[in-house]
Amino acid sequence: MAKKELDTRFSRFGTVSFAAVTQVNDFIDHLDQGKLMGTRCKDCGRHYFPPRAHCAASLSGDMEWFEVKGSGKLMGFSTLKYAPTGFKDDLPYTIATVDYGDYRVFGRIDPGLAPEELSVGMAMKAVADKTRNGQLTYVFRKA
Amino acid sequence: MGRVGIIGVGQSAFVRSYPGSIRELVFEGFQEAMSDAKITAADMDATVVCSAPEYDKQRSPAGVIAEYLGLNPQPTFYAETLCSSSSTGLKLAYSLVQSGLHDSVMVLGFQIMSQLSSEESQERMGRGADIQWESPFGTMMPAYYAMHAQAHMAAYGTTLEDLALIRVKAATYGQLNEKAVYRKPVALEQFTDSENIFSQPVATPLRTGDCCANADGSSCIIVASEEKAKALGCDPVWILGLGAASAPVNMAGRERLTGLNVAEKAAEQAYRMAGITAKDVDVAEVHDCFTIAELMAYENLGFAAPGEGRDLIRSKETYKEGSIPVNVDGGLLSKGHPIGATGGSQIRTIVLQLRGEAGDIQVKDPTIGLVHNIGGVGLYGNVTILGRD
Ligand SMILES: [Zn+2]
Repeated sequence: MAKKELDTRFSRFGTVSFAAVTQVNDFIDHLDQGKLMGTRCKDCGRHYFPPRAHCAASLSGDMEWFEVKGSGKLMGFSTLKYAPTGFKDDLPYTIATVDYGDYRVFGRIDPGLAPEELSVGMAMKAVADKTRNGQLTYVFRKA
Repeated sequence: MGRVGIIGVGQSAFVRSYPGSIRELVFEGFQEAMSDAKITAADMDATVVCSAPEYDKQRSPAGVIAEYLGLNPQPTFYAETLCSSSSTGLKLAYSLVQSGLHDSVMVLGFQIMSQLSSEESQERMGRGADIQWESPFGTMMPAYYAMHAQAHMAAYGTTLEDLALIRVKAATYGQLNEKAVYRKPVALEQFTDSENIFSQPVATPLRTGDCCANADGSSCIIVASEEKAKALGCDPVWILGLGAASAPVNMAGRERLTGLNVAEKAAEQAYRMAGITAKDVDVAEVHDCFTIAELMAYENLGFAAPGEGRDLIRSKETYKEGSIPVNVDGGLLSKGHPIGATGGSQIRTIVLQLRGEAGDIQVKDPTIGLVHNIGGVGLYGNVTILGRD
């Protein structure tokens, strides 16, 4: 009997992916189509980013996708001058957290945006992008 | 409920590269704590072994270590909350004794980090965060704390000089600690001299001088019931308060970056259990893996109001002679940070302070001490309050 193939789409996420199999693997297809998506619980309406397959508050797995749209506020950021194993070729790069109100998004600043132009509180928007090594990701740009 | 106390403390020297295996390293802290308590292995009812996984190859280290220390056939198990593992171990030891299940429990913390390259150990630490949603961006510990620093500076006007002052204080006392990795004096100018290593950015705005070093080290804390301590002829330092909390792993789960919720929650619990307030603390050890971490600790523990942590360091109130001495053993910034051993070393410092045995760094006549030990970047928070009769 042929071995059932694992759905490893998530291994396409980020410069180095550390997880391959997840129940929110459709995130990858949405990202591939240029959409950054989170999940919303159909029972209680909570928004989740990063997306989750389950809502612990509702004890439910009945979730729907929503698109991360509009802009959020930059909460904090840091430009790395050293990198962990596997990320050296990306240096320097800037990580950040952006607050959208109903949820927050952690990720990287668009490499085309100079760190000197950043300040806490400024409006940012997340957009789908590719990493230098051709993996799927998203970046923050000025809103 | 009866009282539970600490009857013995020990730690190895914290070093860049320990020339031996984990069991040999753990023996060093064990030896000091056993000599301190003047007891034998037969007096111990159980052991809790604490470290962060994947820095060495040994799986289930508790078994190997219990055997090497002559602690078979007593029960042993492993406990882990990253950098706060041995504070978690202390909480478990307290619970095991308070429940009446055991009369004495030993907490052994250790870490050998030098067998990995610096990039590899950053990768391990990065994987202590959310591997599915954060690690793919190339995260590492200094960068997470740097985001907190950036947010704190923006919200309150904290400056890079304020952060540097924390390192200058750490070095003032690190020089006196023969078990510390970094024992040289540090001047503020080192942070502004572009030729100096201390001024080199690691993850903006944090510089090399803002970061503690990886280290190899072990610690050992021996906990006993009041009756057992008496029977063994020991004079304990009492565990008065224990607090612990958790927070979302992913930064996206955090409502604010200007402080650590886990530290506030753990402190509230520990103060309530001990029946004290922040003002009653005479000496404290806080988790200064980065300078900003110590500054946030001042505020999260209630030593300063939010945004006013910088005033404490500017006025030197956290020096040995100040109103609330913090990290007068040099802190992680001087001692180094052998993850699983760190909490035990902090506890050891406070026990020695409360006994009046801290030597050159002795604070004047303390009766209540506090340990603040954080796992991950505000992922696990632990606050322990100790006191003497
Ligand atoms: Zn729900």
